[in-house]
Amino acid sequence: MWRDATLVAGRDLRIEARSRVTLHQVAPFALLVLLLFGFALDPDRGVLERATPGLYWVTVLFSALLALARSAKLEEADGVRDALRLSALEPAGVFVGKTLAVAAELAALEVLLGIGVVILYGADPAEIGLLLTTCLAATVAVATTGTLYGALVSGLRVRETLLPLLLLPVLAPVLIGATRAFEAALAGTPADGWPWCGLLAVFAVLYSVAGALAYGTLLEGS
Amino acid sequence: MTATPTAGPAGGPPSPTSTPSRPEAHPGPASTGSRATRVIGLLALVAIGLLALYGLVISPADAEMADAVRLYYIHVPSAICLALGCFITTGASALWLRRRSAGWDALAEAGAEVALVFAAITLLTGSLWGRPTWGTYWTWDARLTSTAVLTALLVGYLALRRLDLDPDARSVRAAVLGLLLVPNFIVVNRSVEWWRSLHQESTLFRLDPAIEGDMLVAAMVGYLAFALVFTWLMIHRFRVAWLEQAADRVDLDAALAARRSEAQAPPSAPSAPTEPSEPSAAAPAAPVEPSGAATPTEVPSR
Repeated sequence: MWRDATLVAGRDLRIEARSRVTLHQVAPFALLVLLLFGFALDPDRGVLERATPGLYWVTVLFSALLALARSAKLEEADGVRDALRLSALEPAGVFVGKTLAVAAELAALEVLLGIGVVILYGADPAEIGLLLTTCLAATVAVATTGTLYGALVSGLRVRETLLPLLLLPVLAPVLIGATRAFEAALAGTPADGWPWCGLLAVFAVLYSVAGALAYGTLLEGS
Repeated sequence: MTATPTAGPAGGPPSPTSTPSRPEAHPGPASTGSRATRVIGLLALVAIGLLALYGLVISPADAEMADAVRLYYIHVPSAICLALGCFITTGASALWLRRRSAGWDALAEAGAEVALVFAAITLLTGSLWGRPTWGTYWTWDARLTSTAVLTALLVGYLALRRLDLDPDARSVRAAVLGLLLVPNFIVVNRSVEWWRSLHQESTLFRLDPAIEGDMLVAAMVGYLAFALVFTWLMIHRFRVAWLEQAADRVDLDAALAARRSEAQAPPSAPSAPTEPSEPSAAAPAAPVEPSGAATPTEVPSR
Protein backbone atom coordinates (compact mmCIF):
# COMPACT_ATOMS: atom_id res chain seq x y z
CA MET A 1 0.00 0.00 0.00
CA TRP A 2 2.77 2.44 0.90
CA ARG A 3 4.52 1.84 -2.40
CA ASP A 4 1.29 2.68 -4.23
CA ALA A 5 0.84 5.71 -2.03
CA THR A 6 4.32 6.98 -2.86
CA LEU A 7 3.65 6.48 -6.55
CA VAL A 8 0.39 8.41 -6.49
CA ALA A 9 1.76 11.16 -4.25
CA GLY A 10 4.77 11.48 -6.54
CA ARG A 11 2.53 11.76 -9.55
CA ASP A 12 0.32 14.44 -8.00
CA LEU A 13 3.30 16.44 -6.81
CA ARG A 14 4.99 16.12 -10.19
CA ILE A 15 1.87 17.46 -11.86
CA GLU A 16 1.89 20.33 -9.38
CA ALA A 17 5.58 20.99 -9.99
CA ARG A 18 4.89 21.27 -13.70
CA SER A 19 1.56 23.09 -13.67
CA ARG A 20 2.27 25.23 -10.57
CA VAL A 21 -1.43 25.80 -9.93
CA THR A 22 -1.04 25.83 -6.15
CA LEU A 23 2.04 27.99 -6.24
CA HIS A 24 0.82 30.49 -8.79
CA GLN A 25 -2.87 30.68 -7.94
CA VAL A 26 -3.78 29.20 -4.58
CA ALA A 27 -0.91 30.75 -2.61
CA PRO A 28 -1.48 34.28 -3.92
CA PHE A 29 -5.17 33.83 -3.23
CA ALA A 30 -4.42 32.88 0.38
CA LEU A 31 -2.24 35.94 0.89
CA LEU A 32 -4.90 38.07 -0.72
CA VAL A 33 -7.45 36.81 1.81
CA LEU A 34 -5.09 37.89 4.60
CA LEU A 35 -5.02 41.37 3.11
CA LEU A 36 -8.80 41.42 2.78
CA PHE A 37 -9.22 40.55 6.44
CA GLY A 38 -6.96 43.49 7.16
CA PHE A 39 -9.31 45.76 5.23
CA ALA A 40 -12.42 44.28 6.84
CA LEU A 41 -11.17 44.46 10.43
CA ASP A 42 -9.49 47.69 11.27
CA PRO A 43 -5.81 46.81 11.94
CA ASP A 44 -5.37 49.62 14.44
CA ARG A 45 -7.82 48.52 17.04
CA GLY A 46 -6.38 45.18 17.96
CA VAL A 47 -9.29 43.23 16.51
CA LEU A 48 -7.00 41.72 13.93
CA GLU A 49 -4.52 40.65 16.55
CA ARG A 50 -7.10 38.95 18.69
CA ALA A 51 -8.74 37.25 15.71
CA THR A 52 -5.47 36.09 14.13
CA PRO A 53 -5.79 32.36 14.93
CA GLY A 54 -9.33 32.19 13.57
CA LEU A 55 -8.53 34.22 10.47
CA TYR A 56 -5.46 32.10 9.81
CA TRP A 57 -7.42 28.88 9.87
CA VAL A 58 -10.37 30.21 7.91
CA THR A 59 -7.88 31.26 5.24
CA VAL A 60 -6.28 27.83 5.32
CA LEU A 61 -9.67 26.15 4.90
CA PHE A 62 -10.67 28.34 1.98
CA SER A 63 -7.37 27.82 0.23
CA ALA A 64 -7.55 24.13 1.00
CA LEU A 65 -10.87 23.99 -0.83
CA LEU A 66 -9.13 25.21 -3.96
CA ALA A 67 -6.23 22.80 -3.57
CA LEU A 68 -8.60 19.89 -2.90
CA ALA A 69 -10.80 20.68 -5.87
CA ARG A 70 -7.66 20.74 -7.97
CA SER A 71 -6.51 17.42 -6.53
CA ALA A 72 -9.85 15.77 -7.25
CA LYS A 73 -9.87 17.20 -10.73
CA LEU A 74 -6.62 15.48 -11.59
CA GLU A 75 -8.53 12.19 -11.55
CA GLU A 76 -11.03 13.31 -14.14
CA ALA A 77 -8.95 14.17 -17.16
CA ASP A 78 -8.08 11.60 -19.78
CA GLY A 79 -9.86 8.75 -18.05
CA VAL A 80 -7.44 8.67 -15.14
CA ARG A 81 -10.14 7.15 -12.97
CA ASP A 82 -10.46 4.16 -15.27
CA ALA A 83 -6.70 3.89 -15.54
CA LEU A 84 -6.43 3.83 -11.76
CA ARG A 85 -9.06 1.14 -11.60
CA LEU A 86 -7.17 -0.97 -14.12
CA SER A 87 -3.78 -0.31 -12.63
CA ALA A 88 -4.19 -2.76 -9.73
CA LEU A 89 -3.04 -0.07 -7.32
CA GLU A 90 -4.68 -0.52 -3.95
CA PRO A 91 -7.49 2.01 -3.49
CA ALA A 92 -6.31 2.68 0.05
CA GLY A 93 -2.86 3.38 -1.37
CA VAL A 94 -4.30 5.78 -3.92
CA PHE A 95 -6.18 7.53 -1.13
CA VAL A 96 -3.13 7.83 1.09
CA GLY A 97 -1.03 9.04 -1.83
CA LYS A 98 -3.46 11.74 -2.82
CA THR A 99 -3.80 12.75 0.82
CA LEU A 100 -0.04 13.03 1.20
CA ALA A 101 0.28 15.16 -1.91
CA VAL A 102 -2.47 17.53 -0.76
CA ALA A 103 -0.99 17.60 2.74
CA ALA A 104 2.39 18.59 1.33
CA GLU A 105 0.82 21.43 -0.64
CA LEU A 106 -1.19 22.54 2.37
CA ALA A 107 1.86 22.47 4.61
CA ALA A 108 3.73 24.73 2.22
CA LEU A 109 0.71 27.00 2.13
CA GLU A 110 0.52 27.12 5.92
CA VAL A 111 4.16 28.08 6.22
CA LEU A 112 3.60 30.88 3.75
CA LEU A 113 0.47 32.04 5.57
CA GLY A 114 2.31 31.82 8.87
CA ILE A 115 4.95 34.20 7.58
CA GLY A 116 2.18 36.41 6.26
CA VAL A 117 0.42 36.46 9.62
CA VAL A 118 3.63 37.31 11.45
CA ILE A 119 4.41 40.15 9.08
CA LEU A 120 0.93 41.53 8.42
CA TYR A 121 -0.86 40.88 11.71
CA GLY A 122 2.11 41.08 14.01
CA ALA A 123 1.60 37.63 15.52
CA ASP A 124 4.29 36.39 17.84
CA PRO A 125 5.12 32.72 17.24
CA ALA A 126 6.41 31.93 20.72
CA GLU A 127 5.32 28.34 21.28
CA ILE A 128 6.70 26.97 18.06
CA GLY A 129 6.33 23.33 19.09
CA LEU A 130 2.60 23.58 19.68
CA LEU A 131 2.13 25.62 16.51
CA LEU A 132 3.93 23.09 14.36
CA THR A 133 2.16 20.09 15.91
CA THR A 134 -1.21 21.77 15.45
CA CYS A 135 -0.37 22.52 11.84
CA LEU A 136 0.67 18.94 11.23
CA ALA A 137 -2.45 17.42 12.78
CA ALA A 138 -4.81 19.91 11.16
CA THR A 139 -3.14 19.49 7.77
CA VAL A 140 -3.56 15.74 7.86
CA ALA A 141 -7.15 16.15 9.06
CA VAL A 142 -8.05 18.55 6.26
CA ALA A 143 -6.21 16.52 3.63
CA THR A 144 -7.83 13.18 4.51
CA THR A 145 -11.34 14.57 4.81
CA GLY A 146 -10.91 16.67 1.72
CA THR A 147 -9.58 13.82 -0.38
CA LEU A 148 -12.49 11.65 0.66
CA TYR A 149 -15.08 14.31 -0.10
CA GLY A 150 -13.25 15.29 -3.25
CA ALA A 151 -13.72 11.75 -4.49
CA LEU A 152 -17.41 12.02 -3.62
CA VAL A 153 -17.91 14.99 -5.91
CA SER A 154 -15.32 14.29 -8.59
CA GLY A 155 -16.70 14.07 -12.08
CA LEU A 156 -19.81 16.07 -11.22
CA ARG A 157 -20.56 19.23 -13.10
CA VAL A 158 -21.38 21.01 -9.85
CA ARG A 159 -18.32 19.86 -7.93
CA GLU A 160 -16.93 23.36 -7.28
CA THR A 161 -20.09 24.41 -5.50
CA LEU A 162 -20.91 21.08 -3.91
CA LEU A 163 -17.51 20.40 -2.34
CA PRO A 164 -17.61 23.35 0.09
CA LEU A 165 -21.18 22.54 1.07
CA LEU A 166 -20.28 18.95 1.91
CA LEU A 167 -16.84 19.54 3.35
CA LEU A 168 -17.03 22.68 5.48
CA PRO A 169 -19.58 21.40 8.03
CA VAL A 170 -17.49 18.28 8.47
CA LEU A 171 -14.37 20.38 9.02
CA ALA A 172 -16.00 22.52 11.73
CA PRO A 173 -14.22 20.57 14.52
CA VAL A 174 -10.88 21.12 12.77
CA LEU A 175 -11.49 24.84 12.66
CA ILE A 176 -12.47 24.88 16.33
CA GLY A 177 -9.55 22.75 17.47
CA ALA A 178 -6.86 24.42 15.40
CA THR A 179 -8.04 27.91 16.33
CA ARG A 180 -8.13 27.14 20.06
CA ALA A 181 -4.70 25.54 19.93
CA PHE A 182 -3.27 28.54 18.08
CA GLU A 183 -4.90 30.93 20.54
CA ALA A 184 -3.26 29.08 23.39
CA ALA A 185 0.10 29.09 21.64
CA LEU A 186 -0.02 32.79 20.82
CA ALA A 187 -1.20 33.65 24.32
CA GLY A 188 1.75 31.79 25.76
CA THR A 189 -0.34 29.16 27.55
CA PRO A 190 0.48 25.99 25.63
CA ALA A 191 -1.02 23.71 28.27
CA ASP A 192 -4.49 24.85 27.12
CA GLY A 193 -3.63 24.05 23.53
CA TRP A 194 -2.42 20.49 23.67
CA PRO A 195 -5.86 18.90 24.30
CA TRP A 196 -7.13 20.60 21.15
CA CYS A 197 -4.14 19.24 19.31
CA GLY A 198 -5.20 15.81 20.53
CA LEU A 199 -8.68 16.39 19.14
CA LEU A 200 -7.16 17.22 15.76
CA ALA A 201 -5.05 14.08 15.86
CA VAL A 202 -8.07 11.90 16.68
CA PHE A 203 -10.01 13.55 13.87
CA ALA A 204 -7.15 12.93 11.43
CA VAL A 205 -6.91 9.27 12.39
CA LEU A 206 -10.68 8.73 12.17
CA TYR A 207 -11.01 10.19 8.72
CA SER A 208 -7.84 8.52 7.45
CA VAL A 209 -9.36 5.16 8.31
CA ALA A 210 -12.77 6.10 6.90
CA GLY A 211 -11.21 7.41 3.70
CA ALA A 212 -8.95 4.42 3.17
CA LEU A 213 -11.95 2.11 3.60
CA ALA A 214 -14.39 4.08 1.46
CA TYR A 215 -12.11 5.15 -1.36
CA GLY A 216 -12.24 1.79 -3.11
CA THR A 217 -16.03 1.83 -3.17
CA LEU A 218 -16.03 5.33 -4.60
CA LEU A 219 -13.41 4.50 -7.20
CA GLU A 220 -15.27 1.40 -8.35
CA GLY A 221 -18.78 2.71 -8.08
CA SER A 222 -18.76 5.80 -10.20
CA MET B 1 -38.78 -3.14 -16.65
CA THR B 2 -39.00 -4.57 -20.10
CA ALA B 3 -41.72 -6.69 -21.47
CA THR B 4 -39.78 -9.90 -21.42
CA PRO B 5 -42.25 -12.59 -20.53
CA THR B 6 -40.05 -14.04 -17.85
CA ALA B 7 -38.82 -10.72 -16.62
CA GLY B 8 -37.78 -11.07 -13.04
CA PRO B 9 -35.59 -8.49 -11.42
CA ALA B 10 -34.79 -5.44 -13.42
CA GLY B 11 -31.16 -6.42 -13.70
CA GLY B 12 -31.82 -9.34 -16.03
CA PRO B 13 -30.88 -8.88 -19.65
CA PRO B 14 -34.02 -8.21 -21.64
CA SER B 15 -34.61 -10.61 -24.44
CA PRO B 16 -34.12 -9.00 -27.80
CA THR B 17 -37.24 -10.59 -29.25
CA SER B 18 -39.70 -8.74 -27.11
CA THR B 19 -41.83 -6.12 -28.69
CA PRO B 20 -42.37 -2.98 -26.71
CA SER B 21 -45.55 -3.14 -24.78
CA ARG B 22 -46.80 -2.25 -21.39
CA PRO B 23 -44.13 -2.62 -18.77
CA GLU B 24 -44.85 -5.01 -16.01
CA ALA B 25 -45.91 -3.69 -12.70
CA HIS B 26 -43.02 -2.79 -10.51
CA PRO B 27 -42.90 -5.01 -7.48
CA GLY B 28 -43.78 -3.16 -4.36
CA PRO B 29 -46.02 -0.24 -3.66
CA ALA B 30 -47.72 1.35 -6.63
CA SER B 31 -49.06 4.32 -4.74
CA THR B 32 -47.87 6.11 -1.68
CA GLY B 33 -50.90 5.35 0.40
CA SER B 34 -52.42 2.19 1.76
CA ARG B 35 -54.98 1.30 4.35
CA ALA B 36 -52.27 1.19 7.00
CA THR B 37 -50.98 4.65 6.17
CA ARG B 38 -54.49 6.04 6.13
CA VAL B 39 -55.04 4.68 9.62
CA ILE B 40 -51.70 6.09 10.77
CA GLY B 41 -52.50 9.40 9.15
CA LEU B 42 -55.87 9.62 10.87
CA LEU B 43 -54.33 8.69 14.20
CA ALA B 44 -51.65 11.32 13.65
CA LEU B 45 -54.29 13.97 12.99
CA VAL B 46 -56.17 12.99 16.12
CA ALA B 47 -52.93 13.06 18.12
CA ILE B 48 -52.03 16.49 16.78
CA GLY B 49 -55.48 17.73 17.77
CA LEU B 50 -55.02 16.28 21.24
CA LEU B 51 -51.55 17.83 21.42
CA ALA B 52 -52.96 21.23 20.54
CA LEU B 53 -55.64 20.79 23.17
CA TYR B 54 -53.28 19.64 25.90
CA GLY B 55 -50.32 21.77 24.94
CA LEU B 56 -52.16 25.03 24.42
CA VAL B 57 -55.26 24.80 26.60
CA ILE B 58 -55.26 22.21 29.33
CA SER B 59 -51.67 22.21 30.51
CA PRO B 60 -50.74 25.12 32.76
CA ALA B 61 -48.03 27.67 32.08
CA ASP B 62 -44.74 27.02 33.77
CA ALA B 63 -43.76 28.96 36.86
CA GLU B 64 -40.37 29.98 35.47
CA MET B 65 -40.82 29.90 31.73
CA ALA B 66 -44.46 30.91 31.49
CA ASP B 67 -46.00 30.01 28.14
CA ALA B 68 -42.66 29.26 26.51
CA VAL B 69 -42.81 25.86 28.11
CA ARG B 70 -45.42 24.88 25.54
CA LEU B 71 -42.75 24.83 22.89
CA TYR B 72 -41.22 21.95 24.79
CA TYR B 73 -44.04 19.69 23.63
CA ILE B 74 -42.99 19.98 20.01
CA HIS B 75 -39.32 20.89 20.30
CA VAL B 76 -38.12 17.75 22.04
CA PRO B 77 -40.16 15.26 19.97
CA SER B 78 -38.98 16.87 16.74
CA ALA B 79 -35.37 16.70 17.92
CA ILE B 80 -35.87 12.99 18.58
CA CYS B 81 -37.41 12.53 15.13
CA LEU B 82 -34.41 14.35 13.65
CA ALA B 83 -32.03 11.95 15.36
CA LEU B 84 -34.14 8.99 14.29
CA GLY B 85 -34.13 10.07 10.67
CA CYS B 86 -30.35 10.49 10.71
CA PHE B 87 -29.83 7.07 12.22
CA ILE B 88 -32.15 5.55 9.62
CA THR B 89 -30.16 7.22 6.83
CA THR B 90 -26.84 6.02 8.15
CA GLY B 91 -28.10 2.53 8.84
CA ALA B 92 -29.80 2.22 5.47
CA SER B 93 -26.68 3.54 3.72
CA ALA B 94 -24.56 0.91 5.44
CA LEU B 95 -27.02 -1.79 4.47
CA TRP B 96 -27.15 -0.53 0.91
CA LEU B 97 -23.36 -0.73 0.66
CA ARG B 98 -23.64 -4.31 1.87
CA ARG B 99 -26.67 -5.54 -0.03
CA ARG B 100 -26.98 -3.09 -2.92
CA SER B 101 -30.73 -3.42 -2.99
CA ALA B 102 -32.80 -0.47 -4.11
CA GLY B 103 -35.00 -0.43 -1.02
CA TRP B 104 -32.21 0.62 1.31
CA ASP B 105 -31.27 3.43 -1.02
CA ALA B 106 -34.82 4.72 -0.98
CA LEU B 107 -34.99 4.37 2.80
CA ALA B 108 -31.77 6.36 3.23
CA GLU B 109 -33.15 9.15 1.08
CA ALA B 110 -36.46 9.15 2.93
CA GLY B 111 -34.72 9.27 6.29
CA ALA B 112 -32.57 12.26 5.38
CA GLU B 113 -35.40 14.24 3.89
CA VAL B 114 -37.75 13.66 6.80
CA ALA B 115 -34.87 14.42 9.18
CA LEU B 116 -34.34 17.76 7.47
CA VAL B 117 -37.98 18.70 8.03
CA PHE B 118 -37.64 17.95 11.72
CA ALA B 119 -34.30 19.74 11.86
CA ALA B 120 -36.05 22.86 10.62
CA ILE B 121 -38.79 22.46 13.24
CA THR B 122 -36.19 21.85 15.95
CA LEU B 123 -34.17 24.93 15.07
CA LEU B 124 -37.24 27.11 14.68
CA THR B 125 -38.84 26.12 17.96
CA GLY B 126 -35.46 26.21 19.65
CA SER B 127 -34.80 29.80 18.69
CA LEU B 128 -38.39 30.83 19.48
CA TRP B 129 -37.81 29.27 22.86
CA GLY B 130 -34.52 31.07 23.22
CA ARG B 131 -36.06 34.49 22.74
CA PRO B 132 -38.05 34.63 26.00
CA THR B 133 -35.78 32.28 27.93
CA TRP B 134 -32.31 33.46 26.96
CA GLY B 135 -33.31 36.84 25.60
CA THR B 136 -31.94 36.09 22.15
CA TYR B 137 -32.93 34.01 19.15
CA TRP B 138 -29.51 32.58 18.69
CA THR B 139 -26.87 31.70 21.17
CA TRP B 140 -23.70 29.71 20.74
CA ASP B 141 -25.04 26.93 22.83
CA ALA B 142 -23.46 23.57 22.06
CA ARG B 143 -26.67 21.84 21.10
CA LEU B 144 -27.92 24.70 19.00
CA THR B 145 -24.64 25.00 17.14
CA SER B 146 -24.23 21.33 16.46
CA THR B 147 -27.85 21.06 15.32
CA ALA B 148 -27.13 23.84 12.84
CA VAL B 149 -24.11 21.92 11.55
CA LEU B 150 -26.18 18.76 11.32
CA THR B 151 -28.72 20.67 9.23
CA ALA B 152 -25.92 21.71 6.89
CA LEU B 153 -24.79 18.08 6.65
CA LEU B 154 -28.32 17.01 5.75
CA VAL B 155 -28.65 19.75 3.16
CA GLY B 156 -25.37 18.63 1.59
CA TYR B 157 -26.51 15.03 1.51
CA LEU B 158 -29.80 15.94 -0.15
CA ALA B 159 -28.01 18.24 -2.60
CA LEU B 160 -25.93 15.27 -3.71
CA ARG B 161 -29.08 13.18 -4.01
CA ARG B 162 -30.77 15.76 -6.21
CA LEU B 163 -28.02 15.67 -8.83
CA ASP B 164 -28.86 14.40 -12.25
CA LEU B 165 -26.45 11.51 -12.28
CA ASP B 166 -26.29 7.94 -13.31
CA PRO B 167 -28.50 6.32 -10.63
CA ASP B 168 -25.90 3.74 -9.63
CA ALA B 169 -23.12 6.27 -9.27
CA ARG B 170 -25.41 8.50 -7.28
CA SER B 171 -26.39 5.67 -5.00
CA VAL B 172 -22.75 4.82 -4.27
CA ARG B 173 -21.81 8.38 -3.46
CA ALA B 174 -24.97 9.03 -1.46
CA ALA B 175 -24.41 5.84 0.51
CA VAL B 176 -20.86 6.80 1.47
CA LEU B 177 -22.06 10.26 2.44
CA GLY B 178 -25.03 8.87 4.33
CA LEU B 179 -22.83 6.41 6.15
CA LEU B 180 -20.71 9.30 7.40
CA LEU B 181 -23.71 11.36 8.50
CA VAL B 182 -24.06 10.18 12.09
CA PRO B 183 -20.30 9.79 12.76
CA ASN B 184 -19.76 13.31 11.43
CA PHE B 185 -22.47 14.63 13.68
CA ILE B 186 -21.03 12.86 16.72
CA VAL B 187 -17.57 14.33 16.07
CA VAL B 188 -19.00 17.81 15.53
CA ASN B 189 -21.21 17.54 18.58
CA ARG B 190 -18.41 16.37 20.88
CA SER B 191 -16.03 19.08 19.77
CA VAL B 192 -18.63 21.83 19.95
CA GLU B 193 -19.66 20.78 23.46
CA TRP B 194 -16.06 20.81 24.52
CA TRP B 195 -15.52 24.18 22.91
CA ARG B 196 -18.52 25.76 24.61
CA SER B 197 -17.84 24.18 27.98
CA LEU B 198 -14.41 25.78 28.02
CA HIS B 199 -15.71 29.18 27.13
CA GLN B 200 -19.03 29.32 28.89
CA GLU B 201 -18.84 29.93 32.60
CA SER B 202 -22.41 29.05 33.40
CA THR B 203 -24.39 26.44 31.56
CA LEU B 204 -27.42 27.87 29.89
CA PHE B 205 -30.87 26.91 30.83
CA ARG B 206 -31.47 23.45 29.51
CA LEU B 207 -34.62 22.16 27.92
CA ASP B 208 -35.39 19.55 30.52
CA PRO B 209 -37.60 20.92 33.20
CA ALA B 210 -39.05 18.52 35.69
CA ILE B 211 -42.66 18.19 34.72
CA GLU B 212 -45.70 16.50 36.11
CA GLY B 213 -49.46 16.38 35.87
CA ASP B 214 -51.06 17.85 32.78
CA MET B 215 -47.70 18.99 31.50
CA LEU B 216 -46.46 15.43 31.57
CA VAL B 217 -49.56 14.30 29.70
CA ALA B 218 -49.01 17.03 27.12
CA ALA B 219 -45.39 15.96 26.68
CA MET B 220 -46.42 12.35 26.24
CA VAL B 221 -49.08 13.30 23.70
CA GLY B 222 -46.38 15.28 21.91
CA TYR B 223 -44.12 12.25 21.67
CA LEU B 224 -47.01 10.13 20.43
CA ALA B 225 -48.13 12.66 17.83
CA PHE B 226 -44.62 13.12 16.47
CA ALA B 227 -43.99 9.39 16.39
CA LEU B 228 -47.12 8.97 14.28
CA VAL B 229 -46.29 11.88 12.00
CA PHE B 230 -42.74 10.61 11.59
CA THR B 231 -43.93 7.12 10.69
CA TRP B 232 -46.48 8.47 8.26
CA LEU B 233 -43.95 10.75 6.57
CA MET B 234 -41.32 8.03 6.39
CA ILE B 235 -43.68 5.53 4.75
CA HIS B 236 -44.88 8.01 2.19
CA ARG B 237 -41.44 9.43 1.44
CA PHE B 238 -40.03 5.94 1.11
CA ARG B 239 -42.71 5.03 -1.37
CA VAL B 240 -42.20 8.19 -3.37
CA ALA B 241 -38.49 7.36 -3.63
CA TRP B 242 -39.37 3.83 -4.59
CA LEU B 243 -41.78 4.95 -7.30
CA GLU B 244 -39.23 7.44 -8.60
CA GLN B 245 -36.76 4.64 -9.06
CA ALA B 246 -39.44 2.57 -10.78
CA ALA B 247 -40.38 5.45 -13.07
CA ASP B 248 -36.72 5.90 -14.03
CA ARG B 249 -36.51 2.27 -14.93
CA VAL B 250 -39.77 2.29 -16.88
CA ASP B 251 -38.61 5.25 -18.97
CA LEU B 252 -35.21 3.73 -19.58
CA ASP B 253 -36.59 0.35 -20.50
CA ALA B 254 -39.21 1.83 -22.79
CA ALA B 255 -36.53 3.80 -24.60
CA LEU B 256 -34.36 0.71 -24.88
CA ALA B 257 -37.21 -1.35 -26.23
CA ALA B 258 -38.12 1.32 -28.75
CA ARG B 259 -34.55 1.52 -30.04
CA ARG B 260 -34.39 -2.25 -30.20
CA SER B 261 -37.57 -2.50 -32.22
CA GLU B 262 -36.23 0.19 -34.51
CA ALA B 263 -33.13 -1.87 -35.11
CA GLN B 264 -35.20 -4.96 -35.84
CA ALA B 265 -37.56 -3.24 -38.20
CA PRO B 266 -36.69 -3.90 -41.86
CA PRO B 267 -34.50 -1.06 -43.04
CA SER B 268 -36.53 -0.70 -46.23
CA ALA B 269 -39.60 0.51 -44.42
CA PRO B 270 -39.19 4.23 -44.01
CA SER B 271 -42.83 4.84 -43.15
CA ALA B 272 -44.72 4.08 -39.97
CA PRO B 273 -42.93 6.23 -37.47
CA THR B 274 -45.58 5.42 -34.91
CA GLU B 275 -44.12 4.51 -31.62
CA PRO B 276 -46.68 2.46 -29.84
CA SER B 277 -44.70 2.08 -26.73
CA GLU B 278 -43.93 5.55 -25.47
CA PRO B 279 -47.24 6.91 -24.28
CA SER B 280 -48.42 3.80 -22.56
CA ALA B 281 -45.03 2.99 -21.17
CA ALA B 282 -44.74 6.31 -19.48
CA ALA B 283 -47.57 5.48 -17.15
CA PRO B 284 -47.06 2.65 -14.75
CA ALA B 285 -49.15 -0.42 -15.19
CA ALA B 286 -52.29 -1.22 -13.29
CA PRO B 287 -51.65 -0.59 -9.66
CA VAL B 288 -50.96 -3.55 -7.52
CA GLU B 289 -52.45 -3.70 -4.08
CA PRO B 290 -49.73 -1.97 -2.14
CA SER B 291 -48.20 -3.79 0.73
CA GLY B 292 -48.87 -2.28 4.09
CA ALA B 293 -45.49 -1.77 5.63
CA ALA B 294 -42.56 0.28 4.49
CA THR B 295 -39.99 -2.41 4.98
CA PRO B 296 -37.73 -2.29 1.97
CA THR B 297 -38.25 -5.32 -0.17
CA GLU B 298 -35.12 -6.97 -1.39
CA VAL B 299 -35.04 -6.17 -5.04
CA PRO B 300 -31.69 -6.30 -6.73
CA SER B 301 -30.75 -2.92 -8.00
CA ARG B 302 -29.96 -2.38 -11.58
